[in-house]
Amino acid sequence: MAETRAELFLRPIFKRNPIALLVLGICSSLAVTGQMSTAFVMSVCVTLVVAFSSLIISIVRFQIPSSVRIGIQITVIATLVILVDQILKAYSFELSKKLSIYVGLIITNCIVMGRAEGYAMSNPPIASFIDGIGNGLGYGFILMAVAFVRELLGAGTLFGFEVLPLVSQGGWYVRNGLLVLPASAFFLIALLIWLLRSIDPEQQEKS
Amino acid sequence: MAEASAAKPFYSALLLAFVCSLLVAGAAVKLRPLQEANRLLDQKKNILYAAGLYREGKSVEELFASIETRVVELASGRYVPAEEIDPASYRQLKAALREDGGHPLDSKVDIAGMRRLEKYSLVYLVKHGEQLEQIILPVRGKGLWSTMYAYVAVAGDLSTIRGVSFYEHGETPGLGGEIENRRWNEGWQGKRLYNPEGEMELKVIKGKVVASGDQAFYQIDGLSGATLTSKGVSNLLEFWFGDHGFKPYFRQLQKRDNSNG
Repeated sequence: MAETRAELFLRPIFKRNPIALLVLGICSSLAVTGQMSTAFVMSVCVTLVVAFSSLIISIVRFQIPSSVRIGIQITVIATLVILVDQILKAYSFELSKKLSIYVGLIITNCIVMGRAEGYAMSNPPIASFIDGIGNGLGYGFILMAVAFVRELLGAGTLFGFEVLPLVSQGGWYVRNGLLVLPASAFFLIALLIWLLRSIDPEQQEKS
Repeated sequence: MAEASAAKPFYSALLLAFVCSLLVAGAAVKLRPLQEANRLLDQKKNILYAAGLYREGKSVEELFASIETRVVELASGRYVPAEEIDPASYRQLKAALREDGGHPLDSKVDIAGMRRLEKYSLVYLVKHGEQLEQIILPVRGKGLWSTMYAYVAVAGDLSTIRGVSFYEHGETPGLGGEIENRRWNEGWQGKRLYNPEGEMELKVIKGKVVASGDQAFYQIDGLSGATLTSKGVSNLLEFWFGDHGFKPYFRQLQKRDNSNG
């Protein structure tokens, strides 16, 4: 493959974003984007898991019998996710309570499986690792963008700090209740996809 | 990458499973003390929350210092002296599972679905001088999927609810998981456990409570889409504030009050 590492790293962030172009990992991006801080931790966790699962799977890719490869990939991913979960519980209990089930759901996050099966199984370790980080950041980028809008307009805060003082607390901003609900992320992701595909028409599907 | 033999998939899967389980087990054992400390801190925070004493930004330990922890024998309702059981190190849930610390519950009695009940329970007292202002009691019971754990703060009259905080459960997020919702928790404040005849009356109903209704004091708004969780909450209230729960303790407290006054 004639890609430089920078390309490998940057491509999944804008050009081939896992959420915006491949439309993978939507479920968790609805669930954790109510606040910037949860979205941030989720992005970090997913990035770590994708990067290391891709790295490990790529290292042992010649040893994996193809008949059981999906099972082996899932085992590696599940192990990493459990480790992340345990570490969160030990060092960031509040967040782990908020993220509890979503951390477990990283195992079924299509991006992780998709990168393992689609890239790491047929590429060298370093490239797979970079690809993993790129995809994690691409996921994180959309997550943070959605969380930014949802938290700012839904709760008047960013990372928990008050930006728009709410009417209920004596300010002037009437919060948008729709954006507090997970379903609102559908609209925001759709708008983002529209935006990305307008900037870069190559991403548009041929009719 | 030719298949060496038919056994290879088994070997690789076994080897991988072994390595992965080592990693997971290692992490679980290594991080347990930290996680345990976090869990205790979280419980304290929830006790403070139920009592309405939690303040954002203040140290939980500091706030908790004003709360007195005692051990109560559930059957008799009497305090157990600290020399016998140290409240600081007593682990109620573990005790329930031990042969000498708990006993199995008869299925007729066991409406909260706990199977075993401990002999002794921790209680947390908030005092104003000598006056008992509120008591925070640990309760638990089965919901739809999981055991729900909560603290209920009861006022000095031993019937009015001052607050509640569910701190651990595995109910469906967004439906039964709403038992964590602070706004729903606030709806508990001012509700009464016992009717004037002294019977346990409080329950979670279906739908919204009619504020003007004569039963409004004994009813809590239901959670929509979570009938079984709501029912579980009603059941755990009925159990823990009934004869097998804290009722004997309340009787003891009242007796003491009367003899004082």
